[in-house]
Amino acid sequence: MADTASSSAGGTPAAVTTAEASREVHSTSLGLSNEKLAMWTLLGSECLFFGALISAYLVYYGRYNGLPEISPALFDIPFTSVSTFVLLMSSLGMVLALAAIQRGDDRDFRIWILATAMMGTVFLSGQIYEFTVFVNEGMRLDTSPFAASFYVLTGFHGIHVTVGVLMLITLWSRSMTGNLTSEHSDVVENIGLYWHFVDIVWIVIFTAIYLIPYEQARL
Amino acid sequence: MTAVPADSASQGLRILKRPKAETGLWSWVTTTDHKKIGVMYFLATMFFFVVAGIEALLLRVQLAVPDNNFLSPDLYNQLYTMHGVTMVFFVGIPLGAAFFNYIMPLQIGARDVAFPRLNAFSFWVFVAAGVFMYSGVLLNGLPNGGWFNYAPLSTTVGPDPSGYTLGGGSAELASQVHMGRMLLYSVGLQIAGIATLAAAVNFIVTILNMRAPGMTLMRMPIFVWMTLIVAFLLLFALPVIGIALWQLLFDVRFGAGFFNPSVGGDPMLWEHMFWLFGHPEVYILILPAFGIISEIIPTFSRKPIFGYTAMVFAGIAIGFLGWGVWAHHMFATGMGPVANTAFGLTTMTIAVPTGVKIFNWIGTMWGGKLRLTTPMLFAIGTVAMFTIGGLSGVTHAVVPTNYQQTDSYYVVAHFHYVLFGGLVFGAIGGFYYWYPKVTGRLMNETLGKINFWTLIVGFNLTFGLMHFLGLWGMPRRIDTYASGFGWDTLNLIITVGAFIIAGSILLLVINMAVSVRRGKLAGDDPWDARTLEWMTSSPPKHYNFREIPQISARDELWHRKHAVTEDGAYIRVPAGGAGLVVDHDHESDIHMPDPSFYPALSAVGMPIMGWALFTSGAAMIVMLAVGSIITVGSLFAWAFEPSAEEGH
Repeated sequence: MADTASSSAGGTPAAVTTAEASREVHSTSLGLSNEKLAMWTLLGSECLFFGALISAYLVYYGRYNGLPEISPALFDIPFTSVSTFVLLMSSLGMVLALAAIQRGDDRDFRIWILATAMMGTVFLSGQIYEFTVFVNEGMRLDTSPFAASFYVLTGFHGIHVTVGVLMLITLWSRSMTGNLTSEHSDVVENIGLYWHFVDIVWIVIFTAIYLIPYEQARL
Repeated sequence: MTAVPADSASQGLRILKRPKAETGLWSWVTTTDHKKIGVMYFLATMFFFVVAGIEALLLRVQLAVPDNNFLSPDLYNQLYTMHGVTMVFFVGIPLGAAFFNYIMPLQIGARDVAFPRLNAFSFWVFVAAGVFMYSGVLLNGLPNGGWFNYAPLSTTVGPDPSGYTLGGGSAELASQVHMGRMLLYSVGLQIAGIATLAAAVNFIVTILNMRAPGMTLMRMPIFVWMTLIVAFLLLFALPVIGIALWQLLFDVRFGAGFFNPSVGGDPMLWEHMFWLFGHPEVYILILPAFGIISEIIPTFSRKPIFGYTAMVFAGIAIGFLGWGVWAHHMFATGMGPVANTAFGLTTMTIAVPTGVKIFNWIGTMWGGKLRLTTPMLFAIGTVAMFTIGGLSGVTHAVVPTNYQQTDSYYVVAHFHYVLFGGLVFGAIGGFYYWYPKVTGRLMNETLGKINFWTLIVGFNLTFGLMHFLGLWGMPRRIDTYASGFGWDTLNLIITVGAFIIAGSILLLVINMAVSVRRGKLAGDDPWDARTLEWMTSSPPKHYNFREIPQISARDELWHRKHAVTEDGAYIRVPAGGAGLVVDHDHESDIHMPDPSFYPALSAVGMPIMGWALFTSGAAMIVMLAVGSIITVGSLFAWAFEPSAEEGH
């Protein structure tokens, strides 16, 4: 959703003088494209979005509003481990897709970008299934601060995965119509940065929500 | 992040045509020019400034005499809440954005910001947030929990659980009214946050990546440095309040209970998250003004800024330390002596880099050839008034004293000295300073000086006396007070002072409006200034610079206007020295981003999604769908629209 490189330093793709033309080669001050710098900046901000949500979850860990059965005891660790594994593997798919488009292999790119989107979708389906089970067992938004902070944190992450899947499918369809070739690999790289971030932050969330209570219950 | 060549994008994905208008309303709605967006930010900000100012005047009329019933308690609560919310989120933050937009790209020698359409998006989303926020006058009323909106006043419990005032006896109606108001607050500020976050990313990328050749970081004007620091503060502070507002939304609309102690929620979490944003926010508001006066003072002292490096690092230090002081807003909440002491100490520490800045401004003026023009008067006023506010701020850091001052008018006096005395004085100085660059004409100096002196008298009359009122025990946020506490005379004088401020602001507006056509022609460099924006024409062409300047010094323009003699003295070179000849020909071959409908259109969907939460069931789902189709659809169309047409 950013503007193309034609608005980068100097702002002129067709430069006026030779002096300017030579400057256009190194068109940004840091030598990094505007889009990539913007993505890193945005991800820095995302760290605080998730940091605030995870902190709130930890503050409310154990506040069950008099309903101790609505607690991490509901969580199905093997199930969520599988969907977590699928999400983490999707990062591998993203890497392979980027490598494919960088070497100009459109067929492999489409396979891997679609596989990545599919793995993201599997993760989302798992999350919807999990939410449904929990709601049926009586864990609702207004049950307790614990329940609310669980839903708001994992839901916020789910929205991020959804946005990522939409972008991946868009990349795939652009490639199918021949509008995305190796010269646009930087677009794929930037969306890949976002995708990897969403995966990495899930590692933290999975640890905080599922693994730590499991370990405590076992001890 | 989708860069697509123009030819492919024209194949069917084009829903709306490329806007063509170069003048008139549509040229403004669809513009991607940072200067036009800057002007629109300024106008919108002035509008909200006047609205919030009128709210303040109504409050002062109510408080002018004891036992007054000019405003009902409920209306009073709405007005003081909206005065704070508007001044902070719809004046303070976008006023910074107005200056950043117009001035910063010119000062770093860029043709535009990094993402011109994202810039337009930021502006229109900010407007949408303002419309949404004030739509309460047609719905259930405006937010009434204060700009800080502490729980449990803000949550499902609400201020009026039995429906005594809000529901006319009906608890159900009262909770409906309350929910509506809190939705306006939580959703409205989240929309505004999206706008500001996008702008912060844009400014960071622009400053880091689009500097003219030779413009190293340590050659950037102080104003650009302050822009960069503010953008980073926004980038990290907005998520914290964003999540708190998100949780508040779930509390009031879906009964989540994050901040509701009766189900195990914690009202203190809101306070911590609010002020973890809220204190960096104070620096977000004041640092732009610091940047502005750091440009004005050297120009009118005919000296380079004193201690440039110290100025930059003091700014960075403020940016870092600003994260470690938030709990000084909460000394009276019972955090315990250890936390109180720690936050008291960090608060005193942050006075050090601020003091460095104040001494550097004085050092810049010291021994300079001062020209007391209107911008310079406002800059000096900023230093003086901010120093008073800073000193009363240090008194807050002393915890036992703080217990006495908290929630009294002393606090109101303090933060108006830093925000009005700092931000508003600095910004008005900036208006007078850069007005000739934006319009090509100077503002009237006589009116300007009357503006300054009336403002400084009105300001001190209003807020200076509040120190005494606070120390004599008058609490904040009360809608009226009984006679006989010794507060009557001061309150009356304060109200008179508030009207003097209003008259002075009216003078400013008149001066601006009249000078657009009648002002003296300014020329490129009316102040004999030092930075790049004065190298180009007034107003600048849409591409800013005919040729991107090569930078070889801090205060580049000053160095171009002066040469070194054999004995090392600087002498002025005749007009038209190297690099000063501006060639206005052949501008058609400079390519600039084209206007676009999508940034403005994508903003339209957001308030619709917000209003959806006022309904329920099918209506809510339909409105959410319509809003998100407009917004997401525009974003998609935008992503596939090239930023500029080929062969144009």
